[in-house]
Formats: sequence, C-alpha cells, structure tokens
Amino acid sequence: MKIRVKLFAQFRKNRFKEKEIEVSEDTSVSDILKLLEIDEKEAGIIFVNGRHFENKPVLENGDQVSIFPVVGGG
Amino acid sequence: MNDKIYRADLSTLKAWIEDVPENLNSLGGRGLTSAVVASEVEPLCHPLGKNNKLVFAPGLLSGTTAANTGRLSAGGKSPLTKGIKESNSGGTSAQLFARAGIKALIIEGLPENKNEYYGIRIRKDSIEIEKTHLWGKGNFETIEALSKGNEKCGVISIGVAGEMKMAAANISVKDPQGKIRSLGRGGLGAVMGSKHIKYVVVEPSENDQVHVEDPVKFKEAAKKFAKALMAHPVSGEGLPTYGTNILTNVLHEAGGLPTRNFSSGNFEGHDKISGETMHDLIEERGGKVKHGCHAGCVIQCSQVYNDKDGNYLTSGFEYETIWATGANCGISDLDSLAYADNLMDDIGIDTIETGAAVAVAMEAGVLEFGDSKGFVKIVEQDIKNGTPLGRIIGAGAEVTGKVFGVTRVPVVKGQALPAYDPRAVKGIGITYATSPMGADHTAGYSVTSNILSVGGFIDPLKKEGQIELSRNLQIATASLDTAGLCIFTAFAILDNAEAMEAIVDMLNAKSGSSITGDDVMSLGASVLKMEREFNKRAGFNEKDDRLPEFFSLEKCPPHNVIWDFTDEEIDSFWNF
Ligand code: SF4
Repeated sequence: MKIRVKLFAQFRKNRFKEKEIEVSEDTSVSDILKLLEIDEKEAGIIFVNGRHFENKPVLENGDQVSIFPVVGGG
Repeated sequence: MNDKIYRADLSTLKAWIEDVPENLNSLGGRGLTSAVVASEVEPLCHPLGKNNKLVFAPGLLSGTTAANTGRLSAGGKSPLTKGIKESNSGGTSAQLFARAGIKALIIEGLPENKNEYYGIRIRKDSIEIEKTHLWGKGNFETIEALSKGNEKCGVISIGVAGEMKMAAANISVKDPQGKIRSLGRGGLGAVMGSKHIKYVVVEPSENDQVHVEDPVKFKEAAKKFAKALMAHPVSGEGLPTYGTNILTNVLHEAGGLPTRNFSSGNFEGHDKISGETMHDLIEERGGKVKHGCHAGCVIQCSQVYNDKDGNYLTSGFEYETIWATGANCGISDLDSLAYADNLMDDIGIDTIETGAAVAVAMEAGVLEFGDSKGFVKIVEQDIKNGTPLGRIIGAGAEVTGKVFGVTRVPVVKGQALPAYDPRAVKGIGITYATSPMGADHTAGYSVTSNILSVGGFIDPLKKEGQIELSRNLQIATASLDTAGLCIFTAFAILDNAEAMEAIVDMLNAKSGSSITGDDVMSLGASVLKMEREFNKRAGFNEKDDRLPEFFSLEKCPPHNVIWDFTDEEIDSFWNF
C-alpha cells in the first residue's frame, strides 16, 4: 500500500520533506519510524491524517503520516 | 533592604516613593499588578480616564541570577476588554527594576494640560516626571534617543498607536540589543497614552543588586532549574533551533491553524511562512537563529531576521505574529510579514489584534485575503497616520467587525483569539473562554497536552479532560507570571518535578520563606480569582465566558468540528 510521509524540522536533514512510500499491509507508525531510522523517543509529535497517531497506530492505504521532533512554542 | 513602590500622579505631576503594604509583600509580577488594580482601580472607571492606573512590576525572581526570570508585568483596566489586564514581556527593564529595589511603578491620574507630554525617570531612591519632546516619535527613535550616552538604561515606551489611544496599542520594552519586546495584549499602550506618558526610563546605579537571603541555597536551586530547562527537549533544543514558528507546520498538520479569519484549520501557504523555511532563510541571510529577549535566558526562542540583502528586517518575529498577519489573512509572503512586524513594533500596536482585525476587514471585502501590499499599507499609512480606517483597525477585531457588519468575529471579552482554532484544539478554547484576560493563549496553554504531547496527551478534538487541563494550566501560569518566569519554562515544569522544586527553593532562598509547591499553586489560584472578582465588579458575568456563536455553527475543516461545550461545562471551570 501507499503511504505519504511528511517530515519536519531537523528530521528533513539527509532525508526528505515529503514522499510517497510503498509499504506492506499492516504497517504501523512504529515501522515507518524504523524504516526512516528515527528514534521513537525523538519523534515528539506524530499525526496520521491530522490526528495524533495514538488514534490510529496501524496504517491503511492512502494515509498521511506527519512526523515532528519534540518541539514547542506559543 | 526593603523594596519600595514608586508612584507618579499625573494629575498633580508629583512622584514619590512609598513602603510596600504588608499584603503586597509576598507578591510580584502579575500577582502584584492584579492586586494593585483590584484594590486601587474603580472597576467601572473608564480605562482611559483619570481613575485608571497603569502598574509595572518585575517578577519575584526577576533580577536574580536564575534563568529565564526577567519578565516584566504591566497591569491596569483594559480599554480593549474593559476588564482587568496583565500582560508580560521580556526586555531589560524587569531586571533593572528589581535590582534597584523597585517593587512596582504605579502611574495614576491624568494631566490637566492637554498639550504637555511626559516621561518618567527612575533609579534607586529616585523618581521624576519630566517633560518630553519625543511625543509623536516611533518606538525605535524613542529608545535610541533615551539610550544615547546611557546605553544600559531600560526603556518602556509607547509608539503613535498608544498616543492615539488605540485599543490595540501595546507597550514596548527595550531588549538587550536596543530592539523591542512587547507588553502586547489588551491595549495598555492606550492607557499609557491617555496619561501622556511617552516613556519610563530606568537607570541602573552601581551596586544595584537583588537581595537574596540565602545565596548558597539560591545558587544551588538556580543551577538545578537551569539544568532542568536545558535537559528538556523543547526548551533545550526545539525552541532554540526553530523558535516558536515551528508551530505553523504543527498546527497546519493538526488542522488547527486558523486560516482566513477562522474559516479553515489548514493554510495552503503554510510551508512558505513555516519555521523551517524561516530558519533556512535566516541562516542564508546571516541573521541570528537563536536570540534571548533578556540576559539570563538559557532557552533563546527568539531570532533576528534579515532581508534578502542581508540587512536587518526584524527580531522577535514569533509564531503568533506570523500566524495573525500570515495564515489568518491568507498571506504567505514572509518578507512582507517581517517588514510589517517591524513597523508594528515601531508604531506600538499588538500584532495579534491587528492581524485579527485586518482579517475581519478582509472578510468584509475592505481588501482581499492574501493582499500583502494592502496589509502593509494599512499599517504603514492608515494606522500610523490615524486615518479613519487605521483607527477602526487599531480599535481591534470586535470594533472592526461591528463597523463592517461582519458576523465571524473571533473575540472573547473583546480580545481577538490567537493562533489556535478552538474547535480543533478544544483545550485552548476553554482558556480563551474563561481567562479573565479575554482570549489569551498564554493564560493557560492547553496546546501543550492537546497538540505537543508535553505533560501528557489529551485528544484536542474531544471534550474529555479539557476543563481540568485548562484550569491546572491557568493556575500554574498565574504563579509563573507572578514569579517572573518566562512561560516557556513550563515545558520542563510539566514534565519534570525537579523544575518545580527548584522554583520553590529559589523563592524560599530569596525571601527566607518556607513555602511549599502547594502554596505556589494556591497563590496562582488566588490571583485568578482576584482577577475574576475585579471583572465581576466591572460588570462581567458567566455569559462573558463564551466563544462567539459562529464557532458552534460553522464546521472547521479539515476535521469538520464545531465548538460543542455546554454553558454548564464551561462554568464548571471555576469550581476550585
Ligand atoms: S525563551 Fe524566548 S520568551 Fe522566554 S525568556 Fe527566552 S527569548 Fe524570552
């Protein structure tokens, strides 16, 4: 299945900004992180289709995953 | 050495120094300004009349060696909300106040002579009201003129927006580079202008120093506190690297970035105004990625932004400003936003309120969404020169909506909502609704748990847990604002118990007290209640704790959510 991945802040370094990747069925958000060699602890915010991934840890074809490091502001 | 209250009465043009009354002794910052306003200001007074007062106070820990404690609070009755107001900011003045033993400066009365303008000059054991020729000048020129031959002095000033008593006028505070930080929200610049005060200068004297009862303990606690700030990934790395504007992309992805006057939670131009783009531009153009708003800030969320030729354009160019003037107005041209930011600093007008008001005017068809030239023109020509349109925008989003017959007007208690859509970030909606300050994100920054997953996670699209979250944060924030701590210390405080312990230890070591963490929280709770009580006496009731109707009627894409809290649910906020 196809998943669109968007990376932000320093995660873009040596990776990419936005890309569609082909993965097998039942791929989880954790699998995507492993694939990208991003430490789960460093991924502060992960959205799947604009919702926090806790709502949808296992992905479906066409999902969009956005990954941020730990950031803040206000 | 005991701190003193410095007071200037413009009605008699007399100024003096007095002892701090017993009940104010343990207060600083917001706790102190709100207590003075609550006890000395007639709640039904006209905010621009002789019975309103303007109070400045450094936080309890300001001026010490502790990290991120250099915040200055300003308080009074707000011309924008007609309720109590506290606004705080960095800059150098809080530390200079505290080191000179100035617990608070209270400015009261109105001058009889309509054609004379003044400044106030203070230093340890001295306060004078002086006539000034700087009326009519911008903030930058004012600060430069006052700092000539006196580089180390602190300056608090208003620009022409404050002189014209615009309800969105702010007060500027000189930063370590001679640039500006702002006491932004609620129109306190108009209160200062109504009293014909152009500036307050605070001159450091040799040997000025904050008295600390137990220096050894204090040093230990301050070290522990700084360590906790640096160890937290947000304050230690996230904020210094990408600044506050990292939130543009975060909120866009979360579907909560208010776009075109709160008609959507996504902005297609987000990438062009994002923190990532800005970071690369700053590096490319030789600006500064990291920058502190006062000496002693170890986080340094701020930055210096240059134009494409490498010349200084603005600093302190923060997410809220970039959102208000960018996404909210449909503008994605970062350079023109930076240019407008610098202009608004010079004119002395709140960037959030201005952006929100222009977006309402865009909704009415006064100009098109996305018209960056039109935006700059409104600031540069209309607001600066006080044309009728400039006066309308300068009166804030609510007035602009009334004048142009717009129904989608995002305000609570007359103050424009900042950069998070309350339908898609429900916890911050509770803060907007209930804060005695009007819609203010800093009053209880629920975005932490709702979006950033700091201090636990509470689903932003659901109602569960939001009221408690906002309540806890508003109470804690009132305490931090009283201590003089920058709000960005909260990330570490929420995730690490040691940070809070260190704050309690510092407060105790400084004053020789023996308060506990619970005492600090109940102090925050009492400040909040005191502020609400003032508002009640000024005519507010629970009906003022509501978001505008359109949030319950119009769905916010992409999640297509509405604001769905009942009145009872919102009112339960105050059950503490
Ligand atoms: S973190 Fe930012 S707002 Fe806070 S003290 Fe430092 S520069 Fe100022």
